[in-house]
Amino acid sequence: MSETSKKVVYSVCSMCTVRCPIEIEVENGAVKHIWGNPHVLGGRFLCPRGAAGKVFENDSERLQGPMIRSGERGSGEWRKATWDEALDYVAERLKKVIETYGPESVILGDRGGAFTDLQKAFIKALGSPNYFNHHGSCSNSVHNAHNGLTGQRRNTVSYDWKNCKYAVLYGRNILESIGTKEAKDFIDALENGMKFTYFDIRWNYTAAKADRFHIIKPGSDYAVNLGIIHTLISEKLYDAEFVNRWVVGFDELAKFISPYTPEWAEKESGVPAREIVAIAHEMAEVKPAVILYAGWMTAWTEDDYYFRRSIYMIYALLGGYEAKGGLLFNKNEVDAGYKPLKKFVDLVPKVDKKRFDGVGWKYKHLSADYGLAQMVPHAVLNEDPYPVKAFINYRFDPLSAFPDPEKFKEGLRKLDLLVTIDVNYSHTGWVSDVILPEATYLERTDSVIVKSGPKPSLWMRRKAVEPKFDAKPKWWILKQLADRLGIGQYFPYNSVEDIIAFQLQDMGLKLEDFNSKGTVSLAKDQIMWDRKDGLKFKTPSKKIEFVSSMLEENGIPSFPPYESSKEPPDGFFRLTTGKTAVHTQGTTLNNPYLNEIQPENSLWINTAEADKMGIKSGDTVEISADGVAQTIKAYVTDFIHPTAVYTLHGYGREIPLQSRAFKKGMRDNTLMKGLLTVAVGGNCPITDCFVKIRKLS
Amino acid sequence: MSEYYIYQDQKRCIGCRACEVHCKTKNDVPVGASFCKIIPVGPKVQDGIPRIKFIFMPCFHCETPWCVSACPTGAMQRRTEDGIVSVDKSLCIGCKACITACPWGSPQWNKETGRVFKCDYCKDRIDEGLEPACVTGCTTAALKWVSPSESSSLKREKFAKKITQGAPTS
Repeated sequence: MSETSKKVVYSVCSMCTVRCPIEIEVENGAVKHIWGNPHVLGGRFLCPRGAAGKVFENDSERLQGPMIRSGERGSGEWRKATWDEALDYVAERLKKVIETYGPESVILGDRGGAFTDLQKAFIKALGSPNYFNHHGSCSNSVHNAHNGLTGQRRNTVSYDWKNCKYAVLYGRNILESIGTKEAKDFIDALENGMKFTYFDIRWNYTAAKADRFHIIKPGSDYAVNLGIIHTLISEKLYDAEFVNRWVVGFDELAKFISPYTPEWAEKESGVPAREIVAIAHEMAEVKPAVILYAGWMTAWTEDDYYFRRSIYMIYALLGGYEAKGGLLFNKNEVDAGYKPLKKFVDLVPKVDKKRFDGVGWKYKHLSADYGLAQMVPHAVLNEDPYPVKAFINYRFDPLSAFPDPEKFKEGLRKLDLLVTIDVNYSHTGWVSDVILPEATYLERTDSVIVKSGPKPSLWMRRKAVEPKFDAKPKWWILKQLADRLGIGQYFPYNSVEDIIAFQLQDMGLKLEDFNSKGTVSLAKDQIMWDRKDGLKFKTPSKKIEFVSSMLEENGIPSFPPYESSKEPPDGFFRLTTGKTAVHTQGTTLNNPYLNEIQPENSLWINTAEADKMGIKSGDTVEISADGVAQTIKAYVTDFIHPTAVYTLHGYGREIPLQSRAFKKGMRDNTLMKGLLTVAVGGNCPITDCFVKIRKLS
Repeated sequence: MSEYYIYQDQKRCIGCRACEVHCKTKNDVPVGASFCKIIPVGPKVQDGIPRIKFIFMPCFHCETPWCVSACPTGAMQRRTEDGIVSVDKSLCIGCKACITACPWGSPQWNKETGRVFKCDYCKDRIDEGLEPACVTGCTTAALKWVSPSESSSLKREKFAKKITQGAPTS
């Protein structure tokens, strides 16, 4: 037998969108194990999804080659195609759509994140302004709320867990819906003595470790925060110096808050007033070393935007920006003294056209970085504001992620072209005309990315093994299409090495610099800005605008009166959803090891409510809304608010080729009828979904 | 007890099951078998808040392993130098006597080979100076690879730290 060949490749995980730094052990050309990258994390720890990357790679129940549909859309009838055939098919139809309806009739959606340069360049080079991502069903409200207050999106700041003394989390199940580093940092902080308060509509593993925990009325987190702000202001517990220097609109906040006493907040949320006061006191005592988790998946309710604003206003009141133990500004390569990492999107001339989703003209306070994917069906079906005829769907699955997939599908059916580029089968891929399989994250090299942070660095995703099937990297697929569409000049490369060289050309760095650690550090120590004069808020006033010029200019009030969240009608429950450590929504459900641990979801129902319906744990129940019905096993517990039910998101896969996940559990988003709407934060109000429950005999 | 011990810090464990997946990945364990398991116990209300414990169940590598005594062929073996209990698959006849004998459910049935296999503390890694995959991959560093006496000191140190937290240092 020949000698074993071994190597280690440092890369970036893609089992979920946290994108952790990884170390891939390769033996004889195959993945042997995937660990966390110790040079970045300080150890080889890695969450279960990351660890299951090896069985994902070896699984044959994933895309194996280009496919063109041979039956009706969604019929599941496909024929295999060569790459040339599939690419020609896509390019010809794109050309026809552009000739007939103009380039803006082509839209491109992805999952957002760090690796978006090439797809943004592609759609822009076609002459379309219509890039969007999944944030309408995820973090739009928190991004846009921070943007309205500070002129920059949520992820321009990060949490300083290392020095935090007190944390408050609202429905952020940080110990189950985990990112590897964040979960570890959080546990380290607890071991270092950090105390934390947790609000949720149900108990979970995060609640189990809390110092204070309250099951609150769904949608009343904002009321709790108003009670906290009331206490901070009326008892003068805020950082007056920071507020005077950096805040615009404090007086308006003080005036607005006066009726919202802790006693009022108790009536609204169920959290005792004395607890709200105690929490405000605990925060004030250790300020600014306080983290209030602003949220990740924040597409909850209509007024989510105002709730997220209240979180950042509390930070401002506590002096929590660029503060040890609070929020730290993320610095990029330029802040660290380097020339910028070059982007392909910057090679393409600006597109001066109105967007399909209303962002920038109808919704001027919402960011085009994310767009409004929930507007796709409306735009397609009504040709409003203009015909939308082709959708390039890059590793995005709105039929799994967004409410009301039937309505979404109705829109997709009317397209002239739907092309999906992905590594997995997806519900959206299944109704596409063409599926182009992308090489997995273990089989491809992606562009270099800036990992901005208090101590910025460069990361890159690097190929560890050859593609197992007939799949290609994104850079190759887009270049091939670009050449066929006459926009090849914006993709001036022939290999991934060319791409990296282009990106790094002004920075004085090269590909080889990533070899030993997988990352290039851009600063020796944390870069800290001067809290007195150096904070870079990007609002017109260069301050934190409690009275937001962005909102006011667009006729949206900064302080509308509080409105209680909708109550479910008699006999209905509010459907809420969440995540687990072993799954990334729908995309990992068919992974052999992860499926084994959590093959199905169940429905949490409050004991008293379940008793009324004669439901016990393990019973099969029907859950229905607006004519859609699903079945699921009940889990009866004291630890959920009686007006809500809860389930894990993403189950009930309907793709027969994913045999392990096929029809296992309940597909939650099908029940969310009529929720493809735009709340003030740009989010769908996903939890405003009211369902009926019935025991099946 | 072998000369090794996997210490589980309940305060750090989040029940994420990374230990199970790292173990299965490292040992190529097919679906249906698991060399280690996290068993959640709870929630149970303590001081007003529902708490949960995650019990980590690898093989305990007993000093006098019931599985070794039960094995009729000598396939189940205890390594003399460090006490690691493992299966020599060439000798296993698939009689399952070890599965019957073990009180902890450690020996696993490999339906692909018709043999028993089990946790061997990743002894190939141990022999290279590394730690078992479950410990190395643990998301929150809740699992620690120690000797039984180190485990005792760890517990004592944690307790001492806890009762003096906030107390002035001299």
